[in-house]
Amino acid sequence: MDFPSTQFVPSRAMGTYEPIHQIGMWGENFKSISNPNISASVIVDVANKLENESETTSHEMLVPSSKHDQEASKPFDKIQRRLAQNREAARKSRLRKKAYVQQLENSRLKLIQLEQELERSRQQGLYVGGGLEAGHLGISGAVNSGIAAFEMGYERWMEEQNKQICELRSALNAQISEIELRILVESGMSHYFELFRMKSSVAKADVFYVMSGKWKTSAERFFAWIGGFRPSELLKVLVPQIDPLTDQQILDVCNLKQSCQQAEDALSQGMEKLRETVSATLASGQMGQGTYVPQVAMAMEKLEALVCFVNQADHLRQETLQQMSYILTTRQAARGLLALGEYIHRLQALSNLWANHPREPA
Amino acid sequence: MDKVMRLASERGVVLFSKSSCCLCYAVKILFQELGVTPTVHEIDQDPEGREMERALMRLGCNAPVPAVFIGGKLVGSTNEVMSLHLGGGLIPLVRPYQALC
Repeated sequence: MDFPSTQFVPSRAMGTYEPIHQIGMWGENFKSISNPNISASVIVDVANKLENESETTSHEMLVPSSKHDQEASKPFDKIQRRLAQNREAARKSRLRKKAYVQQLENSRLKLIQLEQELERSRQQGLYVGGGLEAGHLGISGAVNSGIAAFEMGYERWMEEQNKQICELRSALNAQISEIELRILVESGMSHYFELFRMKSSVAKADVFYVMSGKWKTSAERFFAWIGGFRPSELLKVLVPQIDPLTDQQILDVCNLKQSCQQAEDALSQGMEKLRETVSATLASGQMGQGTYVPQVAMAMEKLEALVCFVNQADHLRQETLQQMSYILTTRQAARGLLALGEYIHRLQALSNLWANHPREPA
Repeated sequence: MDKVMRLASERGVVLFSKSSCCLCYAVKILFQELGVTPTVHEIDQDPEGREMERALMRLGCNAPVPAVFIGGKLVGSTNEVMSLHLGGGLIPLVRPYQALC
């Protein structure tokens, strides 16, 4: 009778339970015990074999507990126990396998569901590859990673910003030298310029992300103009904080305010023209037939200009900060940066408060 | 290039544009706000448009349009015009050409 040698271990080795060996056998057990008939025959055969042996033996001796007797019964018990353990291990293995297959089945169903949803979204006319607003579905990996990189960068930027604000505050309260203060001001300016660079980068990946201001708090977004703060608004907030100004400074700041306003108006009107153009392109041709790929393609071409506008708006912000730094003294510039930082904090606090204050149920 | 230089050296504020370009439109609006009516050449509607576009690129502009010339001299594109204006340098340049209101 043939049975796998791994299942039946010589009596010497079977004296102690060897878990490692047991696990090694697991695979074999699984294979063979999936056919339960084999184990049954093993037991029967072994039992028969040993029974024959012990029968012969008992005929020879009437004295019990002979060495031969003991040795004859010992392996039999051990074999029994071993086989029982194998059966148990095999049973557990079968249960685990069942659970795993169940899990795979569930995942497969989920995947089919997701694929159907994606197909439905595509058919509903979101443009090639899915809508930009559709979350992770349809956005290319490059866009996703561009946005993720920006969000991580912005978090770090905000941390650094808060640090700089604290430094400015203590510097202005203390008696630090002009040069040291100048360094702080330069750092503050560079820090803003760094943000504009980051925004320019992510605008190339997804200009709508920048337009949405998603990385900002709600109150900040409320005041946003083409993806950021409005330069003339900035001046309105800062100027009262840096009094007193010389007459020349008052004149310069006044001119800067006016130039800002004019530049903003020009860009705003350009944006309006862009909206009109995209809308007209999108709405061209007959509507109602459900075919519109050419219109959508043309509209998208026009929409590319949005990146230019976002860049121009940021350029305007940068120029405004730059010009202010030329007009003001170091101390005034430091106070200006501090005020700007605190204004942003207040906006963020407003957003927070708004999110948390109880409202009447609808 | 000849055509571009010839048109550019015309008196006043010259703006090379494309009719589809909304940023060019914004620059035009800015000049109008300063009381200046720029001479606008829509190169996409000019038979020699391609040549003109290449010529403008050769002059060093990042994008061919918008391209602004004042008194025959190249000022630049949107960036340069905006920087100049915020720095207070644009108004003196256009003063000779501002409409008398």
